[in-house]
Amino acid sequence: MPVMLWTDALVWFLMATVIVFILYARRREHLSAPWRRVLTSSAAMASAVTLGGFLCIGLIDSIHYRESLGAVKGDGKQAYAVEVLSGLDWMLSDLRKRQEKTYSAPFALHLFQKESLERPDGKIVRVYPRLHHAGKHLQDENELTGDIAWRFASGIVSGSAVAIALVMLGICWIARHAAAPYGAMLTAIMSGATQVRWRPAFLALWVLLIGVGLAASLAPHYHVLGTDKVGQDVLYQALKSIRTALVIGTITTLVTLPLGVLLGIAAGYFKGWIDDIITYVYTTINSIPSVLLIAASVLLMQGYIERNAELFQTTAERADIRLLLLCVILGLTSWTGLARLLRGESLKLRELEYIQAAHALGVTHLRTITRHILPNTMHIVLIALVMEFSSLVLAEAVLSYIGVGVDPTMISFGTMINTARLEMGREPMVWWSLSAAFSFMVILVLAANLFADAVRDAFDPRNAMGRVAAGGTKA
Amino acid sequence: MFAYIIRRLAYAIPILIGVNILTFALFFVVNTPDDMARMQLGAKRVTPEAIEKWKLEHGYDRPLLFNSEAAGIERIASTIFFEKSVKLFALDFGNADDGRSIGHEIRTRMWASLALAIPVFLVGLAVHVTFALILAFFRGSYLDFWGVVVCVAMMSISSLFYIIGGQYLVSKLLALVPISGYAAGMDAWKFVILPVVIGVIHNIGSSTRWYRTVFLEEIFKDYVRTARAKGLSERVIMFRHVLKNGMIPILTGVVVVIPSLFLGSLVTESFFGIPGLGTYTIEAINSQDFGVVRSMVFLGSVLYIVGLIATDISYTLVDPRVRFD
Repeated sequence: MPVMLWTDALVWFLMATVIVFILYARRREHLSAPWRRVLTSSAAMASAVTLGGFLCIGLIDSIHYRESLGAVKGDGKQAYAVEVLSGLDWMLSDLRKRQEKTYSAPFALHLFQKESLERPDGKIVRVYPRLHHAGKHLQDENELTGDIAWRFASGIVSGSAVAIALVMLGICWIARHAAAPYGAMLTAIMSGATQVRWRPAFLALWVLLIGVGLAASLAPHYHVLGTDKVGQDVLYQALKSIRTALVIGTITTLVTLPLGVLLGIAAGYFKGWIDDIITYVYTTINSIPSVLLIAASVLLMQGYIERNAELFQTTAERADIRLLLLCVILGLTSWTGLARLLRGESLKLRELEYIQAAHALGVTHLRTITRHILPNTMHIVLIALVMEFSSLVLAEAVLSYIGVGVDPTMISFGTMINTARLEMGREPMVWWSLSAAFSFMVILVLAANLFADAVRDAFDPRNAMGRVAAGGTKA
Repeated sequence: MFAYIIRRLAYAIPILIGVNILTFALFFVVNTPDDMARMQLGAKRVTPEAIEKWKLEHGYDRPLLFNSEAAGIERIASTIFFEKSVKLFALDFGNADDGRSIGHEIRTRMWASLALAIPVFLVGLAVHVTFALILAFFRGSYLDFWGVVVCVAMMSISSLFYIIGGQYLVSKLLALVPISGYAAGMDAWKFVILPVVIGVIHNIGSSTRWYRTVFLEEIFKDYVRTARAKGLSERVIMFRHVLKNGMIPILTGVVVVIPSLFLGSLVTESFFGIPGLGTYTIEAINSQDFGVVRSMVFLGSVLYIVGLIATDISYTLVDPRVRFD
C-alpha cells in the first residue's frame, strides 16, 4: 500500500516545480543565460553531480509504502504492516535487516564488547562474540584481509566500468547536441577545453560511482561503516539521513519564500504604514535569539503532538509531521533576512524610471510588482535560497543535539551524532558512527556551498561587474 | 547624541512589547498552564487536583488576561499575563520550576558565559582580521585561492565536529586540559582555553571570507590608487589605509553581537560543562522549564536591541561622516 507522507508530497511538488521551471527557462535567454554561466564553473559542475547523487538517494527515499502482510481478515480487507518503508529501504533491505546485537567496528567480524558465552563443554568464557551477518561467507577468519582487498578492487573496477560507460554515452549525447564529431568532442572534454566544464563533472561522477561500486561489492558481506548501539548498520543510517537533511534544507524554503518575498517587496514598494508594520514584525522576530525561538516553538509543537498522539496512525507519520513542523518553524524564524534584503532592493527599484513610467501609464500595483519588481529581485531570492540550504543542514545537527530537532525515531545526521556522542567516554572510542555522519555531512554541505558560490557569482550583477572593474581578479 | 539614544530607546519599547506578546502567546495560549502541569507531572493520568496544586505552587492558577473575580486594578494585575510577562520589563524573572530565582541564577552564571564568550570574540576578531588581511594582500595568488578554498571547506564542517574532535584530540589523546568542568577565578583558564580555541577555529571560514571581501572592496577604491600614486609602499597602504577603512564595516557589523555574549553559547557550554547561561538554557529546554526559556528569550531580545543601538552609535564613532539624525 503506497503511503504519501506530507514531506514526500512537498518534496515531489518542489521537484515538479524545478522541472517546470527548467522547461520554461530553456527557451528564454534572459532566464537561462546566468545558469549557463554557472555551468562554466568547474566547482559548480562537480558539486552539481555530487548533489545530484544525494538528491537521487533522497528521492528514492521519498517513496513510501506499507508492506502487505498478505493475511486476509474476516471482512476481506488486506492487513498491512505498521512499519512504513521507503524505496531506499526496499533497495537496502539486506542492509536494514542484518542487525547485530550492538557495536561493531567497520569490517569487524566480532562484536565490540566481550560477552559471556557458554562453550559446548559447559565452560563459560568471556569472548568477543562472532557477528551474525558480517563475513559469513568466509571459511577461515584469516581470509578476511584478502577477501576485503579483492572485493575492494572489484568494487573500484566495476564502479569505474559503469562510470566510463556513462561518460561515453554522455559524450555521445553532447557531441550530437553540438553537432561535432565524437572524437573531437572527446579530446576537447578530456583536455578541459569545453565552455561547459564537463571534465570535473565526469570526474565527480567517476568518484561517486566508485563509491557506489565499493558499497555494492562490500556492504552485502560486511558492515562497511560498522554498527551502532542497537546493532544497526551505520552505512544504512547515513544513507537514510540524506533525505532528512534534504527535506529540511528544501522544504523550509517553501515557507521562507512566500513570506520573505511578499512581505519584503510589499514593504519596499508601498512604503508608509505598510512598511512600518512589516519592518516592526521582522525586527521583533529578529530580536529573539533564533535558537531560543526555534527551541520554544519546537517544545510547544512536541507537547501538542504528544497530547494528540491518536491523530497519527504510525510512528513514521508522527515523525514525518514533526519534521514538517520543524521545517515550518525554521521557515517562520528565518524569512526575516530575505525580507530585509528584498525591502532594500524594492526601495531602490521603485524610484527608477521604468517603474515611474509604469505608474504614469496607469499600470496597477499588482502588475507593477509582478512584471517589473519581482523579476528584478529574483537573483537576490535565488542567492539567498541556495546560501540558506547548507546552513539549514548544519543547523539540523545542532538542533538535534539541543533536543529540539527531528523526532528521535527519525534517522538524521543530528540523531546519529547525538547517540554516538554519548559513547565518547568509552575506551577504545566508538568513532565510526560520528565519522560517518560527519563525512556525509561535509560532502553534502561542501557541495552545496560550492554550488551556491557559483550561483551567486553567476547571478549577482554587482559581482560580475566588480570583477571586470577589478581587472579580472578571481573572486 | 543623548537625545538620539533616548529616541532609539523609545523605538525599542514597541519591539519589546511585541516580543513579550509573542512569547506570551507561544507559552500560555498555545500551551495552556494545564498542559504545562500535565507535562511536568509526567504521567498520562494526572488527577485534576494534582494539576490545580501544581498551578497554585507555580503561580499559574490565575486567569490568563482578565481576572473578573478581583476588584479594581487587581482585575488586570492578578493575571498570568501581568505576573509572568509584564514583570519581565522590570527584569523580574520570577522562579524556575525548581523554585530557585531565575534572576539570581542569571546573575551568577553570567560570569562563566562571559569568561568563554569574550575571549572567543576578541581573539577571534584579531585572528580572522589578520588572516583576511593576508589573503587580501596576496590577492589573486595561489595563497589567496587556496586560502578561500580552505575557508569554504571549514565553513562546511559542522560545529559539533570541531567540538567533538577538539575534545578528543586535546583532552583525551594529548591530555593537555581537562575534558570538561569549570572553576571560578583564575583557575578557569584551564577549562576555558580549549573551548576558546575551538570557537575561534570554528569561525575562521565564514569570518575570514567575509572580512576578505570587505578588504578587497576597499582596495579598489580611489583613495588607495591615490596612495599608490604618491608612492606609498603596498604594506603601508594595507595597514594604514585599507585596514582602518575596512574596519568600519567590520566593527559596526560585529558590535551587534557584543551584548549577546552574555547569553553564552548553548552547544559549546554544555559540551564542556561550563555552568554558564547556555547550559542553563539547555537544561531548561530538556526539563521543559518554560519559565526559564521565556526569561532567556526576553533577555536575549533586550540584549539584541541594545546591540542594535550600539551599532548605530558605533557608526558615528568610527566614521565621522555619519551624523545622528
